[in-house]
Amino acid sequence: MKHKHHFFESEGFASFISSVLAIACGLLFGLGILFISNPSQAYGGFMMVVQGCFTDGLAGIGLMLYYAVPIIMTGLSVGFAFRTGLFNIGASGQFTAGAFAAVYVGVKWTFLPEGIHWLVAILAAMLAGALWGLIPGLLKAYRNVNEVIASIMMNYIGMYLVNYLVRNTIYDQMKNQSLGVKSSAYLPTAGLENIFAGSKLNIGIFIAILCVVIIHVLLSRTTFGYELKACGKNENACKYAGINAKRNVVLSMVIAGALSGIGGALLYLSNTGKYLQVLDVIAPEGFNGICVALLGQSSPIGILFAGLFIAYITVGGGNMQLFNFVPEVIDIIVAAIIYCGALSLLIRNLLERIKVKKRQARERGEGQR
Amino acid sequence: MSILYFVVQQTMFFAIPLLIVAVGGMYSERSGVVNIALEGIMIMGALAGTVFIHLTDGVMSGQGVLLIALLISGGVGGIFSLLHAFAAIKLKADQTISGTALNMFAPAFAILVARTLLGVQQVPFKNSFLISKVPLLGDLPLIGPMFFQKSYITTYIGLLIFAAAAFVINRTRFGLRLRACGEHPGAADSVGVNVYRIRYAGVLISGVLAGVGGLVFIIPTSTVFNASVAGYGFLALAVLIFGQWRSRKIFFAAFFFAVMKTLASAYSAIPVLKDLPFPNEMYKMFPYLATLIVLAFISKNSQAPRASGVPYDQGSR
Repeated sequence: MKHKHHFFESEGFASFISSVLAIACGLLFGLGILFISNPSQAYGGFMMVVQGCFTDGLAGIGLMLYYAVPIIMTGLSVGFAFRTGLFNIGASGQFTAGAFAAVYVGVKWTFLPEGIHWLVAILAAMLAGALWGLIPGLLKAYRNVNEVIASIMMNYIGMYLVNYLVRNTIYDQMKNQSLGVKSSAYLPTAGLENIFAGSKLNIGIFIAILCVVIIHVLLSRTTFGYELKACGKNENACKYAGINAKRNVVLSMVIAGALSGIGGALLYLSNTGKYLQVLDVIAPEGFNGICVALLGQSSPIGILFAGLFIAYITVGGGNMQLFNFVPEVIDIIVAAIIYCGALSLLIRNLLERIKVKKRQARERGEGQR
Repeated sequence: MSILYFVVQQTMFFAIPLLIVAVGGMYSERSGVVNIALEGIMIMGALAGTVFIHLTDGVMSGQGVLLIALLISGGVGGIFSLLHAFAAIKLKADQTISGTALNMFAPAFAILVARTLLGVQQVPFKNSFLISKVPLLGDLPLIGPMFFQKSYITTYIGLLIFAAAAFVINRTRFGLRLRACGEHPGAADSVGVNVYRIRYAGVLISGVLAGVGGLVFIIPTSTVFNASVAGYGFLALAVLIFGQWRSRKIFFAAFFFAVMKTLASAYSAIPVLKDLPFPNEMYKMFPYLATLIVLAFISKNSQAPRASGVPYDQGSR
């Protein structure tokens, strides 16, 4: 009984309840939008969203995992930076840089043996992403440049630079995109394609989960992680305590960049016919990462589930086209869910009030005895 | 000479929307509310304005349509921004949350509305607003061709908005109170300023200006609105920070960026730049690279409004 009490009064329970309520509110809002735009099809379309990937059975689950991997990585990148007091709006640029590095290694470094090739490609992506995070980090730490503006600039610089590099190194002129990577650079499937028949699932999801675990341990179990979080909370207190705040800002951005970079590699090495397009468009995965991070309340485990959830209803959004709805309705629903997440404080306060009332009642009861 | 005129005219098309939206952002942030939703608000404003112009095609024409469209854009932007204000001020939520939600909502909503109303994703509109020559002023030597030929009325409205906005925030009582709420809301509150109301006003102004800015961006650059303002909201945010949250510096930042952007996109028409051995992408990259380098030198003393991003809680005064 005592344990149960603790659980219902715990912080985790409060954020869980507020997330569930936010999702419920967001879905209801989406249903309303569907009814307004096309009442006759609204119910069918809405059921597609709710059923998500399960409409398509195992292949759908495979598709969900495939969608989830890159946004979990960018979400982790943004969320990690949030925890250390930085707003990494540059996940797009880091993602693109990583994607290019991975594809470049995948196309050009054919001398690498099978089994190592894909690993080197991921490492290259990690370094490229880290470099793209390093620059805003250095500017922030040593030149007091706001990381938001530096990251926005790096997004554009990354996009144009990658377009240039693709065009001059690994260009498929006919299709205006990158060449395909060699098959040894594809992520191993480890038999997953047999389980989730009809999907091109690979070990990318396990790499993403591994990253989630590493970041979780780093943030909550190590001194280094503690220092990073402390710097995010109060830089002056950190300096006073002898922590090198400048170094920590740089390292935070480097780690965040590396995570996004890996995300780029995992998407473009997955043998699904995805190529780097030479377009003047900033990679949307970075901005989706912000959503995932916010939905997951910046906790690594939360981000994992948030990424899976958004991927889940995205698959549902694809199916919704059968009912003549644009898949963008999913974005509206996700936006509504995130917005309702802002209500979490309201709910928390409510839970807090109930808790206080209960305690008062208990104390009064004890006093009378 | 004609190249110079062309560059100046083009610069205006890039600079004015950045200027309006960044000044809008300034109102929000100086009042203490970070507004990363500028991009989304611009999209909503542009959507409302272009849909209006599309629907009135054949019924009305001339500059009046554009003026009404601008008012509608501003109104829609203002209403949309209240969602952000409510979450940030009333619910005391993390201000990136509602901002991100608005940014995600707007383009999807624009596509949905266009599909539902018009059956297609894009909103086409007839662009009959180009002023080939302003009477009298257009005949002035040098200045005439630069500023008063082949221009849009939005350019002058934009400059007027900037002048008014700069005056209000720097020279009026309301402006002083707004700035106080962004620096030290507790102190403002203690002398009887209603911090919540001022912050609502700040966000509302930013929403109206961002909505107007969305339409101002679309009109000269396109004849179709495709649920996007090409990242200009985020660039305006960058201009706001680049301008260190001060109106005059924002003005220079917006024009610095716009000149760079114009040179980058029109370099092939400019003899000196054309002969340089740079590839196309390098020119496109240049405005962003230049901004980053300039920032590295001028940011040493840059300081955001102190209470910006911090929800105000009267109880913790």
